[in-house]
Amino acid sequence: MRVALFVTCINDTLYPDTGRAVITLLERLGVEVGFPVEQSCCGQPQFNTGYRHLTEPLVHRFDRAFADYDYVITPSGSCAAMVRDNYPRIAARARDEGRAGRELARAAASAVPKTYELTEFLVDVLKVTDVGAYYPHTVTYHPTCHGLRMLGLGDRPRRLLEHVRGLELRELPGAEECCGFGGTFAVKNPAVSAAMGADKARAVRETGAEAVCTVDNSCLMHIGGTLRRQGAAARPVHIAEILAATEADAREDAREPARARATEGSRR
Amino acid sequence: MSGTYLGMPAFPAAAASSTQDARLRGNLRHATHTIRDKRARAVAELDDWARLRAAGAAVKDRTLRHLDHYLEQLEESVTAAGGQVHWAADAAEANALVARLVRETGEREVVKVKSMATQETELNRALAEAGISAYETDLAELIVQLGDDLPSHILVPAIHRNRGEIRDIFREQMARWGRPAPENLSDAPAELAEAARLHLREKFLTAKVGVSGANFMVADTGTLVVVESEGNGRMCLTLPETLISVVGIEKVVPTWQDLEIFLQLLPRSSTAERMNPYTSTWTGTTDGDGPRTFHLVLLDNGRTDTLADTVGRQALRCIRCSACLNVCPVYERAGGHAYGSAYPGPIGAILTPQLRGTASELDASLPYASSLCGACYEVCPVAIDIPEVLVHLRERVVQGGRVTRRGVKTVLKPAKGHAAERAAMRAAGFAFDHPGVLRTGQRLAARTRRLHPRRLPGPGRAWTDTRDLPPVPAESFRDWWRRTRGEERTT
Repeated sequence: MRVALFVTCINDTLYPDTGRAVITLLERLGVEVGFPVEQSCCGQPQFNTGYRHLTEPLVHRFDRAFADYDYVITPSGSCAAMVRDNYPRIAARARDEGRAGRELARAAASAVPKTYELTEFLVDVLKVTDVGAYYPHTVTYHPTCHGLRMLGLGDRPRRLLEHVRGLELRELPGAEECCGFGGTFAVKNPAVSAAMGADKARAVRETGAEAVCTVDNSCLMHIGGTLRRQGAAARPVHIAEILAATEADAREDAREPARARATEGSRR
Repeated sequence: MSGTYLGMPAFPAAAASSTQDARLRGNLRHATHTIRDKRARAVAELDDWARLRAAGAAVKDRTLRHLDHYLEQLEESVTAAGGQVHWAADAAEANALVARLVRETGEREVVKVKSMATQETELNRALAEAGISAYETDLAELIVQLGDDLPSHILVPAIHRNRGEIRDIFREQMARWGRPAPENLSDAPAELAEAARLHLREKFLTAKVGVSGANFMVADTGTLVVVESEGNGRMCLTLPETLISVVGIEKVVPTWQDLEIFLQLLPRSSTAERMNPYTSTWTGTTDGDGPRTFHLVLLDNGRTDTLADTVGRQALRCIRCSACLNVCPVYERAGGHAYGSAYPGPIGAILTPQLRGTASELDASLPYASSLCGACYEVCPVAIDIPEVLVHLRERVVQGGRVTRRGVKTVLKPAKGHAAERAAMRAAGFAFDHPGVLRTGQRLAARTRRLHPRRLPGPGRAWTDTRDLPPVPAESFRDWWRRTRGEERTT
């Protein structure tokens, strides 16, 4: 089983800890993970803003980068959904327009079946829900829209979180409502995006949880940025970082609290 | 607000002020969450909902594929049953037709059944200009009309108003239009409904002309169907001597049997009712029963153009249930007026730019009035993939492309005002296709990270006005991988 990490451009640039957590977690579960450096962005920001043609080279790049792998694992629900839902669509539209649709269709057909969002891969392929994690904190879980409605992740993330030792899961009121990020929506419609974000942040604060967790750092950038601006204590954390954490990490953090705090600070 | 959608600002500007209206936000939140929860319960009762939904979409798709055939069949059966069929290419034609038909009766007043098609054509305004008074008889439409306001929801046009506001409108405005509101009217729902009932009863009993839309038209029998829950529609459809129905051409279904599907899908999706309270059907005219004259005005107004687009045409499946509005987080915050059209919410964001085109700043902004969360697609009873169409229309705005306008195929130029965005997207596309460039950019950002301000100037303010930026890490993931694991392969 040749497994590759598709870290995504946002995680690569802004949240490398999430990528490291996926490597740590999968290696602990006995999976060898590769990182082909030809990978870049799935093309979602361009596609969702209306620049479909600009995404076509990225479909080919994705296919080339992961050609030698059986599984492509990504810590992002929306990037996985982009590949699965939109790559075939991009190919079909190019074909309709008489532009190299066949090559794109081949690239999409090879990319789609092997692309998995992290929690899908854990639960459906590795068939584990107890990944041996330890995270002694109260956490609330926000199911992101693309994970929930496009990928249909269902209760996979919850089942994984429920098996994390020390973790207390707090119910998030109105959990299935969008946080208001929406990619370029956040800056094209800032008033509505901020209003949605404020409501989501309020719901997070009401749980009293120390951390809010999702399968997508892009949504967390918005929720976390809003919480932080409000001066709220709850911090955003990607599910991969929770699942990668162990008792050894907690002991190390306890031994070196200053360093732990510093690491935490640099994370977001 | 003054009775027309013309000249309204683009969605982001309109929403910037409506999101600040605490009372509006409160009214909308309460109302949409109540209907949303009730719908979910009503839909969950049916084991075969997914199959009903697929059947509804399939019937609509098949009918749209053969729309020319079914419309001609409909015209024949309506005519055979004693009705007269008229064709209107656009709103102006439809309005002029209705005004002429009313004038020919010698009447100056009409009573109206709640109708989206006539909101779309702004018929009331056109009739007023022709010296004809049109009285809305649906309770919420009455509130909107008395308040010189615009509807802000497909099913609940006055959703933006609360009880106190409605009482004030009744007290101040009813007398101008007919029977005044009772003395000491309170804001109790039963009293408000009674005031409206007394006010409207006069209209029902005196009007000689009724104007309606229709939810469905059955091609093989020539039957029209209106579903409503107040009984006002039944009055308008049966009491007047002349009935004029203005109906979008996409409302046709092939057979009576097809109604079985839609009369389950529609009430549960819109009002969360198991069965619709008042379902009126009529086939042409019948001696001694109901209107003696029946006119059907078939409205195109951009529908044929929409049908020509293989992605966008699914919007024509819409049965106007408004379930998508009630689950939409953007609609809930921005309110219906921000959409600048009779069709607000997610369905409006894909319908309006297709029916009206994307030439105005407002219409071009509508496809972006969504976070693409997908809640609308999930609840749509005819499975319209609204996010798919939104993205498709965004493409039309920024890239241009082939469209059909008034039956003529044309190539649309990209909309103005997206030049900077287009350049940025191209630059990003280049960097993403050249990971060396991407890496250089990441390293530059990392090296300067201590200098990054918390609040950005210019367009970046759209983010940092309400949200902190994430700090840039000292090292990107790919640099960490290279440093600790070595390169697996090179480009």
